[in-house]
Amino acid sequence: MSRRVVVTGLGATTPLGGDVTSTWSALLAGQSGVRLLTEEWAQTIPVHFAARVAVEPSEQMERVELRRLDRSEQFAVVASREAWKDAGAPEMDKERLGVVIASGIGGVTTLLDQYDILREKGARLVSPHTVPMLMPNGPAANVGLELQAKAGVHTPVSACASGAEAIGYAFEMIAQNRADVVVSGGVEAAIHAMPMSGFAAMKALSTRNDDPARASRPYDLNRDGFVLGEGGGILVLEEYEHAVARGARIYCEIAGQGLTSDGYHIAAPDPDGAGVQRAIKFALRQAGISTKDIVHLNAHATSTPAGDVAEANALRAALGSDADHVAVSATKSMTGHLLGGAGAIESVFIVKTLQDRLAPPTINIDDLDPAVTIDVVRNTPRTLPAGDIAALNDSFGFGGHNVVLVFKSI
Amino acid sequence: MALAQADVLAGLKEIVEEVAGIPAASIEMDKNFTEDLEVDSLSMVEVVVAAEERFGVKIPDEAVTDLVTVGDAVNFIINAAK
Repeated sequence: MSRRVVVTGLGATTPLGGDVTSTWSALLAGQSGVRLLTEEWAQTIPVHFAARVAVEPSEQMERVELRRLDRSEQFAVVASREAWKDAGAPEMDKERLGVVIASGIGGVTTLLDQYDILREKGARLVSPHTVPMLMPNGPAANVGLELQAKAGVHTPVSACASGAEAIGYAFEMIAQNRADVVVSGGVEAAIHAMPMSGFAAMKALSTRNDDPARASRPYDLNRDGFVLGEGGGILVLEEYEHAVARGARIYCEIAGQGLTSDGYHIAAPDPDGAGVQRAIKFALRQAGISTKDIVHLNAHATSTPAGDVAEANALRAALGSDADHVAVSATKSMTGHLLGGAGAIESVFIVKTLQDRLAPPTINIDDLDPAVTIDVVRNTPRTLPAGDIAALNDSFGFGGHNVVLVFKSI
Repeated sequence: MALAQADVLAGLKEIVEEVAGIPAASIEMDKNFTEDLEVDSLSMVEVVVAAEERFGVKIPDEAVTDLVTVGDAVNFIINAAK
């Protein structure tokens, strides 16, 4: 008998808000979290803007915690505290509690800041907290420590698919009876001259410096790259009977995941989208549903010229005529691209979408790219049908990673 | 240069407050770094490096394990500065 997995808690800190409620209302209102950076270095690189979190961790944590945690770890701790509280802080056997939190890049700002100290002041002044702060498993490890989780603490890394992969890993931990509750999600804190210069050198970032709030424009004909965002999203996943037994509020079910890889190029998407189509097929099969049941999809859609069309074509191919009743939202138009946090905050959005029956809008589409033949929700939220519905999250990462998650109303 | 105990204690209080978030008022000579002030081994490295900078002394790694209380550190620094 397979164990069902449900969502019982949500947490987030994003460019739109310091928690889920504020983020969700800004998202439905179609607000942009993208702004000009005020740091001096921003003017020295090709891209002068990004989507910083709306609420600084310094307003949400004690000072002594801040100095021992990388910014990515701060986001993980802040969002996990919210999610754990939202789940009702379950009293449970900690040997049945797991944590799976991803990051695409890990503590990159710690690494770079401490390298500056090494060069300027010498090895003795390098912080003893450097390694626990820069390790990519640091966000998961710190949350696991705080919650005393002992079923396993894990960190899948697959670039921009990491956050979704973490939720999928957590889903498997519960389904395979390794844990009853798993705190899962993804975070990223990479707004710094160096990684931004690297992305800019790939021509991956938008350079719309004169209009930052309009720079992230998935599916628009004149999109010119993604906008780097920061923050994170956390979901508390729980075995269904465990949640029922303690009287937990159940948001929805996670019913399946599909994982594939392209074997095509280190950074470019496979234009045929065969890997994406297979991931959707596998996810639907595991969930025991068909394309007819899907009414919403939160797309990866980062606003890059090649990626958005490749994804849209893959979705149309995988869903066929059923794509006509799938309301597609590209929320990176408002949050920017959180890399390893993207699949996680977008999963939080899907859970809220199923709860409120409102698909969030996609902003900044002045001229829809005619190559995009899916049904994109533009400018204002769209009401979804009543009854049993399902939604998909797809996330892709440099390296050719494809992750699809299936969420079902309950 | 001789250092006064009160000055060293005051300086250490500032350092421990900064590193471990412990209010300076609760830091006294007889407080144990790990048990009373929750200064773990990593934070102790920070305390030592900051104290070396501030008081112009050298605190060798092998001496750090003997610095159990705040008083141990204050006395070590005073002796090292003589």
